[in-house]
Amino acid sequence: MRSLSHLRALEAESIHIFREVVAEFAKPVMLYSIGKDSSVMLRLAQKAFHPAPMPFPLLHVDTTYKFREMIEFRDWYPASIGCELRVHTNREAVAAGASPIALGTSKCCGLLKTRALLDGLEAGGYDAAFGGARRDEEKSRAKERIYSFRDQQGQWDPKNQRPELWNLYNSRVDKGQSIRVFPLSNWTELDVWHYIHLENIPVVPLYFAKVRDMIVRRESLIPPEHNVLPLLPDEKPQPVLCRMRSLGCTPCTGAIRSAADTVPKIIEELLSFRRSERENRIIDHDQEGSMELKKREGYF
Amino acid sequence: MTTFDSGTVTIEEFLAQEAGKDLLRFFTAGSVDDGKSTLIGRLLYDSRGIYEDQLASIRQSRVNRSTGPIDFSLLTDGLRAEREQGITIDVAYRYFSTPKRKFIIADTPGHEQYTRNMATGASTAALSIILVDARLGVLPQTRRHAAIAGLLGIPRVVLAVNKMDLAGYDQAVFEKIRTDFLAFASRMGFEHIQPIPVSALEGENVARRGTAMAWYTGPALLEHLESVPVAETRAHPDLRFPVQYVNRPNLYFRGYAGQIASGSLSKGDPVLILPSGKTSRIASISTFDGDLETASAPMSITVTLEDERDISRGDMLVHPERRPVAARTFDAHLVWMHEDPLAPGRSLLIKQTTQQVTGRVTAIQGRLNLQTMEDSAAPILGLNDIGKVRIEASRTLLFDAYRANRPTGSFILIDPISNATLAAGMILGAVDRAAPEGHVTTSERLQRNGHSPALLAFSNRELALRLERRLFDHGCQVLASDKPVAQAELAWQAGLIVIAPEIADARVRQLDLVPLPKEEEAALDALMAYLEQQGILGVIERFDSGEGI
Ligand SMILES: Nc1nc2c(ncn2[C@@H]2O[C@H](COP(=O)(O)OP(=O)(O)OP(=O)(O)O)[C@@H](O)[C@H]2O)c(=O)[nH]1
Ligand SMILES: [Mg+2]
Repeated sequence: MRSLSHLRALEAESIHIFREVVAEFAKPVMLYSIGKDSSVMLRLAQKAFHPAPMPFPLLHVDTTYKFREMIEFRDWYPASIGCELRVHTNREAVAAGASPIALGTSKCCGLLKTRALLDGLEAGGYDAAFGGARRDEEKSRAKERIYSFRDQQGQWDPKNQRPELWNLYNSRVDKGQSIRVFPLSNWTELDVWHYIHLENIPVVPLYFAKVRDMIVRRESLIPPEHNVLPLLPDEKPQPVLCRMRSLGCTPCTGAIRSAADTVPKIIEELLSFRRSERENRIIDHDQEGSMELKKREGYF
Repeated sequence: MTTFDSGTVTIEEFLAQEAGKDLLRFFTAGSVDDGKSTLIGRLLYDSRGIYEDQLASIRQSRVNRSTGPIDFSLLTDGLRAEREQGITIDVAYRYFSTPKRKFIIADTPGHEQYTRNMATGASTAALSIILVDARLGVLPQTRRHAAIAGLLGIPRVVLAVNKMDLAGYDQAVFEKIRTDFLAFASRMGFEHIQPIPVSALEGENVARRGTAMAWYTGPALLEHLESVPVAETRAHPDLRFPVQYVNRPNLYFRGYAGQIASGSLSKGDPVLILPSGKTSRIASISTFDGDLETASAPMSITVTLEDERDISRGDMLVHPERRPVAARTFDAHLVWMHEDPLAPGRSLLIKQTTQQVTGRVTAIQGRLNLQTMEDSAAPILGLNDIGKVRIEASRTLLFDAYRANRPTGSFILIDPISNATLAAGMILGAVDRAAPEGHVTTSERLQRNGHSPALLAFSNRELALRLERRLFDHGCQVLASDKPVAQAELAWQAGLIVIAPEIADARVRQLDLVPLPKEEEAALDALMAYLEQQGILGVIERFDSGEGI
């Protein structure tokens, strides 16, 4: 028997996960982050339930600091394939002026991402939430189960995870507890782009190189959108040929210098990369183990 | 990440190269501190599988337990507690790829307390690297991990004798450990064992052959990992399609979605639906990318059938001539994973393929003694024990022996109260009804007869004989008597259905009181319906016999 190609095997595994969750949970939801991983998740979910529409809504946790192009994409793409999108924002914190500059990245993330996510999940009464996190992204994510158990407070206990054998997932939770499900656990960044290429999956244009105005500080390219970062004297945004390798909030997601303006060029570029995709994410670098701390608190 | 030594690769080259690559999933095992995480870190480092910023962050780390400039174990020991305690607590997954092959690595903990996490990482792998510290030799935990790898049916093993730098790179040390390991591991059903002497710290024989052990002429670890065959040589040939999800978007489409566990199916193929025993044909294999003519394991697909059938999650589609075992009682190996020991009799949940049923462990037949590697009698199984047990499920399960078919022979046990995952199970086979151990139990009798015992008082002699025939043809153990039965106890204990004009027993049921239509056939139908409704017939499913259906 001919074995499936690597990507088709990953695809079959992910589809199995989607179906298992829908068969066993009362109220699943997909956390939609608008990025490339979310785009791939959407395609996999479409495949899992074809010809039916996706049997769960999408939830976007909007920090209000997302790129305009992300929001445009969010409001276009899911609807174009028949998905229902819900948006949750921590209005209180936004009204109080929460920003990474005012509060520091870790507190800002805690309020606008983690708190908003937990509240959004609770408001919807969801008992399972799909997330697009991959184990190859970061060292604490490398430790995640595919079904990641969360207690009543949405917290992760990395020292006491349920064993997870074969593809037999334990979906039992008590009221208030939930499972975060990661169908892309075994996908790498390269797999994701390879799949986007093969399947022709739409992604936010920010991933493609273009001349954009950026605040240039030593190695970092910081998007000026939302005007959060105070400019230094004499500093002003300059045009730079660049693209985003991963998408988040504008003040905390750096761009990279790149001329890759098509998916094949991005793949070629990835093959030569010697640095990880999260390097331009300020959130992971506050202190050693900061992602783990955030995840313990309920971040996904 | 993928590593290429040449600078630029075009997309065409990339796609061509990717298409030709296969995937090897492997894991590390062995006793605590034998150097598993260091070995994986070294392998990634030497094959350029680490990003520079990740490397910089471990270079700068406050922790370094190694004697070299970089503590490679930090590449996989990603939790704070792991770095603080200097041990691996839970499995870490790493992904890397060479021009020849893609790899998924599970770096598992050696500490006995976390054996369940080792089993987690091992369950999806095709190869295990079992490490032994050259100074310490084979330890009980080495044996435990080897035994679990064996039970999980991991076909290939690399015995990595590590820290050879601390043993003077001495060939005699390596040979001694190799002999000790083979002595017990050769009985565990591995297809192939490759011993390699290494130093994870120095990188000797890890990504490439070193110079310190000229006496060793075999492959370096990476060479072996890149060339070892990965195709499942023992893949089960028969179709097993556990229905995972019934997809009914509208009145015109009723699809059965699932991942093919083994074998293949094509449009037009006849299929048997279990447990109902009904048949149909595959009308279509529907996917998002269009209909397929044929599909095989491990694809996730949706099929439609030519006939309207009542099918739900947990049912299985198979080829009519190639049935799995259908049984409620079976023997299995368990790896017990909970602090509270397994005591037989408690109600548990069994998850196997796509079904979840209640059941119990009825007997512990043995526990693996890690010194002798033999089973010995045990009243309970404690945390991390490996045992052989008998399990009785409340409903028929459809399975193959784990050795023959991993996806249909595996199961987990879940605590219905705490929801904890209690054990990993590997089915050995259905319990053979012909030769059960010990005395025959009531439930075994029930299973064989397929009905409960019953004492039926019925004065209509004509109809009693017709009912006897009907029940007999139905497969029941039945006796109609025209004389009153005084000693009913014996018949009851034997599990018989007895029909007589008078029965002196408190458990008797009066068929004379059942309202019956005049016409004889209709009256018989009514009597059968009554027996079913009373739970005498039909309580035991048809397929509980422990044989192929
Ligand atoms: N000299 C020497 N030391 C080694 C070698 N391999 C590992 N070590 C050291 O042995 C210690 C334990 O290494 P780890 O890689 O953490 O061991 P482990 O098997 O992953 O441990 P657990 O995951 O906790 O079971 C560390 O201090 C390593 O630096 C080796 O080849 N030579
Ligand atoms: Mg380790």
